[in-house]
Amino acid sequence: MEHGKQSFVSKYIFSFDHKMIGKQYFTLAMTMGFIGGILAVLIRLQLGFPSKPWPFLENLFPVGMAGGIMTPEFYVSLFTMHGTIMVFFLLSLLPVSGFGNFLIPLQIGARDMAFPFLNMLSFWTVVPGAIIIIISFFVEGGAAASGWTAYPPLSAIRSAIPGSGAGQTLWLIGMIFFVASFTMGGLNFVVTILNLRTKGLRMMRMPLTTWAQFVVGILGLLSFPALAAGALLLTFDRSLGTSFFLPAGIYIGDTLMPHEGGTPLLWQHLFWFLGHPEVYIIMLPAMGFTSDILATFCRRPIFGYRSMVYAIGAIGTLSFLVWGHHMFVSGMSPFLGSLFVVTTLAIAIPSAVKAFNWLFTIAKARIHFTSASLFGLGVVSLFVTGGLTGIFLGTNATDIQVHDTYFVVGHFHFIMAGAGLFGAFGAVYYWYPKMFGRMLSERLGKIHFWITFVAYYAVFFPMHYLGVSGMMRRIYDPNVYEYLQPLQPVNLFITISAFVLFAGQLIFIYNYFASMRRGAPATRNPWNATGLEWSTPAHPGHGNWEGDIPSVHRWPYDYSEPGKKRDFTPQWEA
Amino acid sequence: MGGLSPIGMTKVQSSMSSLSSSVAAPIDAAPTATDRRHINRLGLLVALGGITMLFAAFTSAYIVRSGGGDWTALELPAVVWMSTALIAASSFTLELARRAFRRGSLSSFRSWSAATAALGTGFLVSQYSAWLSLNAAGIYLQSHPKSSFFFVLTGVHGVHLFAGVIALLALFGLAAAGRLVPGRSDAPTLTAIYWHFVGGLWIYLLAVLSLLG
Repeated sequence: MEHGKQSFVSKYIFSFDHKMIGKQYFTLAMTMGFIGGILAVLIRLQLGFPSKPWPFLENLFPVGMAGGIMTPEFYVSLFTMHGTIMVFFLLSLLPVSGFGNFLIPLQIGARDMAFPFLNMLSFWTVVPGAIIIIISFFVEGGAAASGWTAYPPLSAIRSAIPGSGAGQTLWLIGMIFFVASFTMGGLNFVVTILNLRTKGLRMMRMPLTTWAQFVVGILGLLSFPALAAGALLLTFDRSLGTSFFLPAGIYIGDTLMPHEGGTPLLWQHLFWFLGHPEVYIIMLPAMGFTSDILATFCRRPIFGYRSMVYAIGAIGTLSFLVWGHHMFVSGMSPFLGSLFVVTTLAIAIPSAVKAFNWLFTIAKARIHFTSASLFGLGVVSLFVTGGLTGIFLGTNATDIQVHDTYFVVGHFHFIMAGAGLFGAFGAVYYWYPKMFGRMLSERLGKIHFWITFVAYYAVFFPMHYLGVSGMMRRIYDPNVYEYLQPLQPVNLFITISAFVLFAGQLIFIYNYFASMRRGAPATRNPWNATGLEWSTPAHPGHGNWEGDIPSVHRWPYDYSEPGKKRDFTPQWEA
Repeated sequence: MGGLSPIGMTKVQSSMSSLSSSVAAPIDAAPTATDRRHINRLGLLVALGGITMLFAAFTSAYIVRSGGGDWTALELPAVVWMSTALIAASSFTLELARRAFRRGSLSSFRSWSAATAALGTGFLVSQYSAWLSLNAAGIYLQSHPKSSFFFVLTGVHGVHLFAGVIALLALFGLAAAGRLVPGRSDAPTLTAIYWHFVGGLWIYLLAVLSLLG
């Protein structure tokens, strides 16, 4: 392997090094996440101050905020693109593509991924996807406006609403790039983990982070093709006059559409066959990070390692059997609905296994409260809160009551978005030393945690009350309904909390970039952790280890063994 | 050395089974040539898993849609049987090419892989003429749901098969440039796994199109 001087282009742009590719994903995901956050702020601006004019915003969005007042069309585009960007381009890219690429070879003792070229190609396939998604804001009619789920007929008839035109087309193209990139990545994860483990690293000795990435790779490979198939059929319906998803009798204005016989439910099935596994593509890495982080900072072996691995596998398997719970109100047969209730509630079992294992790991431990462990504890908190509300939504009898209300918005922002995001933050605080050879500021990290944690609950917890009170999801101005007007103070409170939440993230962004230059230099193993990644130099170069790759002699959770002087024994020590 | 069994998947299976075995294969530093072979074959199999899911999704859409009131039967153009014969023949010639490669007869290998690429191209031409004959009968992509599925399924399959033709041409080029070494190079087997998969996929699609709905 040539480790000599590399040009700027081969080192930073078309790099084959998994660590650089991981960092490239970081940069992309954080940029997209920042944009997605701004969209959230705009959404909350409208809900907190419905139809109030903000003249200065007209300069930024001359069409969407004409006269400083947000148009309903712009609002619909905002939540569509907020969901799309956050789910795919932040919460999938950062923990999976970012950390997966960065950590898998380090944790399993490999010089690089199995297919470094494919890895590079995968990143440079998702970049055009991201650019196309952003550009779609600037085409005539604005960005896609059919929700992140792109339900037809809104997404299938170009003249349905302004966002159904060019914006939706670009959305579909962007997503096809994303799917292509993500499946390439998943392939690389699976093959790398199965084939490139160092000597002594049995599957059952892998850190839970790598286990999660392994299952995520399989989930992505098996579920994303369904979205690709659906997106292709949708494109044909949009542009070539087919009727896969479009029934007869649709009028746009006074014009009868020529379609007949199709069913929008078919799209929902295809979409949610991807959509639900996608939730676990986001969640599982966060669960893995949390397990590794909690073990390190509780100085205790993770409780129930084997059951944790089985739980990851069980959650991954069940995630393919539950998609119908997104469609309880679609008129599906109650018998079929009951089956989906059973499979959905069955996920509570492996999920509870994980939650209890974390609690047993924490119980009576002397926890080192670092930024990373705080975010790890945050994941446990959000996961339990979101998990409990999930029971209401997974049961069709109660779901029908709260379907498409803010109860759902509150729920998934806890379990999927929140736990996923907190897991990613924890992982950044934990592995940053290995990424940049320097430490993040712990003081700023803790401030960031407390603002984020408190503001997160303040934003999303009241949404459950809004939902039970009947405030519907995706509504532009709830005040048009008299019965929702008394809820306006709650909406205002949420909006102010959301602004605080957004501002808190600026601390993180500052910390992330400032610490690259000014952070305290990191040692090889700053947390006295046991995982193989900590055997690499403080700032590992291409190839990861200077000499031979170390062999593995034990599992990655040997903390506080009785009778030993040190409270940890790394995996690479016999 | 492996690779002598019909498709030579034993190595891949053994690396899969290390999931359950108690000791992982000792793999150190840079992967050896044998490791590289496992890695490439497993990577290909995993990719085929993804392609399988793509067509599984199309199939379920097909089944759901065929329950619709406007579903119309479609008599498949007779030329699809010609396509089927061509693709079956191409799998046969590709196996002859691999046999020649194992024997070390590179010129024979080149001829048979060129023949396979030609048969594959013939398949694509034949499929295209199936489209034309439907058009001639007044049946287009958007005419009715079954015709939509016929064009979509044959089209997406054709794209995958076209990728196989490119791989075959690359194989031919590598052989002509003297870059394929019998007993060492695994590219012929990798290409063959893909090619037989795409051929089998066509048989599957033909069964779906003629038996379901």
